Amino acid sequence: MRHFSTVPFAGTPEQEEQLKSWLDQNKDMPGVVMPALQKAQETYGYLPIEVQRMVAEALGKPLAEIYGVATFYSQFSLAPKGKYRISVCLGTACYVKGSGKIYEKLQEKLGISGGECTPDGKFSLDACRCVGACGLAPVMMVNDDVYGRLTEDDLDGILAKYTD
Amino acid sequence: MEMVNLKINNMPCQAPAGSTILEAAHEIGITIPTLCYLKEIQRVHGACRVCVVEVKGARNLLPACVYPVSEGMEVFTNTPKVQAARKTNLELILSTHNQDCMSCVRSGDCELLRLCKQYGVDKSNSFEGAMPERQDDYSALHLIKDNSKCIICRRCISTCAEKQGVGVINVVERGFNTHIACAFEGKLADSTCIGCGQCINVCPTGALVERDDTQKVWTALGDPTRHVIVQTAPSVRAALGEEFGLPIGTNVQGKMVAALRRLGFAGVYDTDFAADMTIMEEATEFLHRMKSGGPLPLITSCSPGWVRYCETFYPEFIPNLSSCKSPQQMFGALSKTYYAQKMGIDPRDIYCVSVMPCTAKKLEIGRPDQCAAGPDIPDVDVSITTRELGRMIHRSGLRFNDLPDEDFDPAMGEASGAGHIFGATGGVMEAALRTAVETLTGQEVEPVEFQAVRGTDAIKEATYQVGDLTLRICVVSGTANAAKVLDMVRSGEKRYDFIEVMACPGGCVNGGGQPIQPAQVRNFTDIKGLRAKALYDLDRDSPVRKSHENPLVKKVYAEFLGQPGGEKAHQILHTHYQKREKLY
Repeated sequence: MRHFSTVPFAGTPEQEEQLKSWLDQNKDMPGVVMPALQKAQETYGYLPIEVQRMVAEALGKPLAEIYGVATFYSQFSLAPKGKYRISVCLGTACYVKGSGKIYEKLQEKLGISGGECTPDGKFSLDACRCVGACGLAPVMMVNDDVYGRLTEDDLDGILAKYTD
Repeated sequence: MEMVNLKINNMPCQAPAGSTILEAAHEIGITIPTLCYLKEIQRVHGACRVCVVEVKGARNLLPACVYPVSEGMEVFTNTPKVQAARKTNLELILSTHNQDCMSCVRSGDCELLRLCKQYGVDKSNSFEGAMPERQDDYSALHLIKDNSKCIICRRCISTCAEKQGVGVINVVERGFNTHIACAFEGKLADSTCIGCGQCINVCPTGALVERDDTQKVWTALGDPTRHVIVQTAPSVRAALGEEFGLPIGTNVQGKMVAALRRLGFAGVYDTDFAADMTIMEEATEFLHRMKSGGPLPLITSCSPGWVRYCETFYPEFIPNLSSCKSPQQMFGALSKTYYAQKMGIDPRDIYCVSVMPCTAKKLEIGRPDQCAAGPDIPDVDVSITTRELGRMIHRSGLRFNDLPDEDFDPAMGEASGAGHIFGATGGVMEAALRTAVETLTGQEVEPVEFQAVRGTDAIKEATYQVGDLTLRICVVSGTANAAKVLDMVRSGEKRYDFIEVMACPGGCVNGGGQPIQPAQVRNFTDIKGLRAKALYDLDRDSPVRKSHENPLVKKVYAEFLGQPGGEKAHQILHTHYQKREKLY
């Protein structure tokens, strides 16, 4: 079962205006739900219930229908991205060098599943495919910082760098 | 109509161009099995792959439910290849299906179980699919959703969204995680679900079922300190027989009464009497609103699914809703006031059971302001569906079809033909017109049938000139259709004085608590028309056909309530409504 983000929604009036004017102009487009959700995610970075409700109301569709589309495509995220976005490479080279274990360990340490964000909004965790540093496998990134030749023992030290 | 020639299992036949292989086969007496297909909904079918057939020249097996016939087509519905494919598809469905069939309420009328039997599916060659995480929803008072029995046919979703205009559930997530849920995994109890139960009627398995309240009834019946009485809605008698193998549309009023008496109810009464009371109050309210300038249109409030829909989706029309309680609640209210007084029983000792074609009635009994005899004395104590009554009769060992025909007990069991037709779309309107027209003109209405409001069309309208008044009326069933009508009223495109709305398509005869007919029957039988006919026949044969001529109604006003629409009547028989938040 999916866990829902407990990070409070912090949308701004500008974001709302931006999304609503797009919805207003495009609501009659055939197959509008997908592009609407793309626009919403582009605007807010993720699709919390507050944003999906805006989409549902503007398009005159049940929220359940919007939610069905949002949960079908892995491109859509229901959780916000953290201040520090952790991506663990699960590409072939990293995977055979044990990045799966690293990914599991991070979930355990942060207390969240992949695709989620810690309740304080600090860290989010995702799996990614090949960052182009296979020679350093297994690899993870925190925002733009790359960490390679990882072992589980390195993780506490890395996370500790991101304290503020 | 353009016809095409084809062969099905080497038999030459004709079918209208554009019809499907499934329909063409049905015409020549061949049933092609289906699990997801439902003719009455519009969305794309072809999900379950149980209807596959061989077509000469086609590379793959084709889904008969969506594939159109064409000139010269040769179809084979029953080859070893077809049978093997259907069996495999059933096994794949079963591989993620909770097979606790022994304790499932749908055992016996489960469409999946029936097909598994037909195709010789057994556990020996089953696939070991990843059983999905169980996600049950027991939150609601009327409906239980058990995703472990769901085959994701999507019939419920289409019915909820398309026919009812609600859309409270959808298919969410993907792969093995795919399941039916409310937005953000919300609970049904807090959702915009209106309680109509139409999703239950189309579910092929036991994934969606009503909350079974029969144990409450058995317990009450076993309590000697309780005076346990029962009321039965009009539509119950038109469908209960189906639970005992009788043809659709058989009126079993007499046997139903006999069965209830043998179950041990101290009084077996008729909601149709309360329907007559509703007409007295509602016709009075209508005439008052006509004369005092509104608010019009007056909209009926008998259907709790519709009331909930209005409160949630069209709150601006709340002032238009009739303040009359529904017949179920009027009966309950009178049972604990008028009847309690007349029989000399403390209303606290009366236990009022209602048998309804409806699941929303389970929600209605708990609404605020439905306790005429005192704040802690509910008008109705428990509401069970036609299906639940069928279950009780089965358990009791009564041989229903061998029972004699008996009459309702007189104290609250006398109804007019107008009360009987309440169960069909247009019935409330017709019953109201019989009384309103006569009250307005002071002359006998002849004939008493108002044909324009009969039939199972989704939206019907008519105009009647009564004295110097022009009555513009509309009858609509299915809440998605009600939304269309209200949109037209809102925009000023249409003007009506009186609108009858029933939440379920075709009215209560097709309610969410009625016996379940498999899609094989639903697709090719006019169930609502047949059941409605049973009620119209009952009306035709009734000695009294107008609510205001029902002697019992006259008596209740004379001895207890005073005038229709009077102060006491308002206290006991009327209610109010409130806007509902639309959370999800």
